[in-house]
Amino acid sequence: MSVVLELKDVDVFYGDFQALFKVSFEVEEGMTFAFIGANGGGKSTLLRTIAGLQRPRSGHVLFHGEPVDQFSAHKRVGMGIALVPEGRRVFPSLTVRENLIIGAYGGRKGDWNVESVVELFPLLRPLMKRQASSLSGGEQQALAIGRALMSNPELLLLDEVSLGLAPVVIKRIYEAMVLLVGSGHTILVVEQDVQHVLTVADYVACFLEGKISLEGKPGDLSSEAITAAYFGM
Amino acid sequence: MIWANVAIQGMLLGGLYALFATGLALVFGVMRMVNLAHGDLGILAAFVALFIIQSFGLPLLWASIVTIIIMFLVGYVLQRGLLNRTLGVDDTRPIVVTFGLSIIIQNALIMKFSADSQGLDAGKIENISVKITNQLSIGWFPLIVFVIAIAVIAALQFFLARAKLGRAFRATSDDREAAELMGINNKHIYSLAMAIALAIVAVAGILLAIRTTFDPTQGSFRLIYAFEAVIMGGMGSMWGTLLGGIVLGMSQTIGTQAFGAGWGLVVGHLVFLTVLAVRPSGFFAKTVTA
Amino acid sequence: MSTPDVTTPPEAAPAFRIARSTRIHKYVLAVSVLIVFLLAAGPFILQFVNGVQPVSTMRNLVTLFTLLALAQMWNLLGGYAGLISVGQQAYIGLGAYGLWLLGDVLHLHPFVAVFLAGLLAVAVALPVAPLIFRLRGGYFAIGTWVIAEVVRLVVSNIQATGGGSGKTVISAARLPIDTRITGTYLLALFVAVGSILLVYFLLRSRLGLALTAIRDNDLAAQSSGVNVFRSKLLVWVIAAYGCGVVGAVVAMNLLRIQPTAAFTVNWTAYMMFIVVIGGFGTIEGPIIGAVIYFALLQSLSQYGTLYMLLLGIVAVIMVTVAPKGIWGYVAKRWNLHLFPVRRRLVFESTPPDEDPKPAESPDAAVAESA
Repeated sequence: MSVVLELKDVDVFYGDFQALFKVSFEVEEGMTFAFIGANGGGKSTLLRTIAGLQRPRSGHVLFHGEPVDQFSAHKRVGMGIALVPEGRRVFPSLTVRENLIIGAYGGRKGDWNVESVVELFPLLRPLMKRQASSLSGGEQQALAIGRALMSNPELLLLDEVSLGLAPVVIKRIYEAMVLLVGSGHTILVVEQDVQHVLTVADYVACFLEGKISLEGKPGDLSSEAITAAYFGM
Repeated sequence: MIWANVAIQGMLLGGLYALFATGLALVFGVMRMVNLAHGDLGILAAFVALFIIQSFGLPLLWASIVTIIIMFLVGYVLQRGLLNRTLGVDDTRPIVVTFGLSIIIQNALIMKFSADSQGLDAGKIENISVKITNQLSIGWFPLIVFVIAIAVIAALQFFLARAKLGRAFRATSDDREAAELMGINNKHIYSLAMAIALAIVAVAGILLAIRTTFDPTQGSFRLIYAFEAVIMGGMGSMWGTLLGGIVLGMSQTIGTQAFGAGWGLVVGHLVFLTVLAVRPSGFFAKTVTA
Repeated sequence: MSTPDVTTPPEAAPAFRIARSTRIHKYVLAVSVLIVFLLAAGPFILQFVNGVQPVSTMRNLVTLFTLLALAQMWNLLGGYAGLISVGQQAYIGLGAYGLWLLGDVLHLHPFVAVFLAGLLAVAVALPVAPLIFRLRGGYFAIGTWVIAEVVRLVVSNIQATGGGSGKTVISAARLPIDTRITGTYLLALFVAVGSILLVYFLLRSRLGLALTAIRDNDLAAQSSGVNVFRSKLLVWVIAAYGCGVVGAVVAMNLLRIQPTAAFTVNWTAYMMFIVVIGGFGTIEGPIIGAVIYFALLQSLSQYGTLYMLLLGIVAVIMVTVAPKGIWGYVAKRWNLHLFPVRRRLVFESTPPDEDPKPAESPDAAVAESA
């Protein structure tokens, strides 16, 4: 199993505020890696840094063993890294179909196209001509994930996909996720909803105040240990 | 029948204003930047065309094409090299830099060409009119300008709606960061938007230079009229800009007819202020907030 | 059953106070008062010594003082309230015409008319505000330019104000030369010092806090209870008044009012460039900028167009390379603030005269990460 992604001692700052402290870990091919933790712990910053929206002040992000820190976000898409950002951020004035098409703008060739994405998220099919701004939260989330898939990524980054969604909708999203997990992508998921994410993850790390406070296989970690690491007790 | 004539002239004048306005609106739409040197760049284009004609003896049409290409490149380099650096921190930097640019262009033009009025000669077409009725006739040239304005706006709309790059423009306008995540290079997109905007304003500047006289200080006025057309039309709507231009043009011509030359422009401004007071988001606002 | 202990009082917070000035500020105050005194008394002293007033120096200094005052006004609007105006020439010109109106038509004494002329500017600035405040950023800027254009056009078209060729300010011309020159000089000095004091006290007031909040984030300020519209309006009106008074002083210095000169956008160019070169958003910045600009003006003014061209180039370079201006660089490098408008948290343990490093302001953080 080759290592797809490696972070080595990554420090990330927002101005004077340090969000990540010497974060290090490895992700193997095909793995689904979950990051949990309370708000402000640094999880979103982590994904943004891997995607290229944020630069580490020190340390390195290595993709297939090569450092990618010098590449800006739009170049990383072409390398096979796709981020579904926090808050979905679909393009409000574009239609659903246009949102999907633009997902492929800087991406790679592969199996994902409009048709296969709609197969994964059938709820999108009747919405193709609708403006993205008129979609519900769950529909937008499906669209955002589908849009990222259109670039045929190798490494898929999902930031808080269940945030603000009704339980029924979350269930459907995670049903689609299960299909994704099996399809050979390497996936990094950031979630506040610990329960759901542990069902799909091969490995989990808990973030607290910019550092990893606990990591391991979901089966090996007790819920007490997770709760303690989550809240820093 | 005088009024009908005046109204139609105003409408056709509006086409020219809309051409000046379109580039301004495009740049604002894509990168939320207001280019205070926009009008001056249009006038610069007119001087470039003049220079090419005087130095190389090219006919007007060829000189115009070369000028448009030059201004396209100037726009790309200007944005990529200078203006991109001013974006993203706060509102003040782009304003100050583009205002500085305006001063630079105007004074550089005065130094090279003097402050005298100039004109571009398009030959007989400037003077032919088409007779509609016994009392009503329309100049060919203003009509051509109006048609060009419509064609340019239609082409731009088509580009934005259908072309892959146009879609990228719209995505960048919606959410700059999310667009980056799609593989869209913002710096490049911004530069292309400016390039297109300057190509369009070059067309406007050349047509202006044919239609009337021009001098280095005209840019400020062009900017103001373009701005008024954009605001009245509603930000985010290209066709709205055309309507805004028409309203402005007609206000000016009707005002001139009614109150005399000096007051015509005042009437135009007052109409603008009224629209701003009564319907601040414009006739066709797509985005309510700037 | 155990209950968590919630009644333990928190550790007592260290004692602190909010301080404004340090020893440096006291020195600055003393030096400033000395400078102003020398400037005010200078002409009289020189007259006593040489027998004649240094007229041309005084006229030049009038230019410096008026530029300084204008820069403070523009900075108040742009650097503090976030209102970048490209149309202040409307109010400068209105002030000039106000002097003529009050002096020639209403026969007030010109020295009195100067201060009332500012009100003419206010009379236009007030109704205009609700209109153009609907616009933001660059569009707001052009909006202010439109207003200036309208005013210029209207004044040019009315015969009563002299139309396109303008008028002579007879009431000022009729004053005895010495009185006029000395009076204009002292007025200009008064306006310059007054503008600095005005901005200084404004910033120390609650309005000043409100402005800093508005400048940083409109919406957040609004939800904190700041009446954004009223704060902006107040600043807008004050700046209009200030510009109007300056316009009147300029008219008194030149004895002529004329629409193209009174309402030219070049005024904005001067103000903007002084602030950009000297330093945005500080009181010290415009002072330094005005002095530098004035020095350049003296040596290069005969080059006219080239001078304006260079001005534009320098401004563009400054904004791209050193956006905080010369003073911004100095202030950051040596942590120097001559005017005590900032508030610092001082703990009892800090020695009284030390100026502890103030908390990084948000825009510094932004500038660093930009």
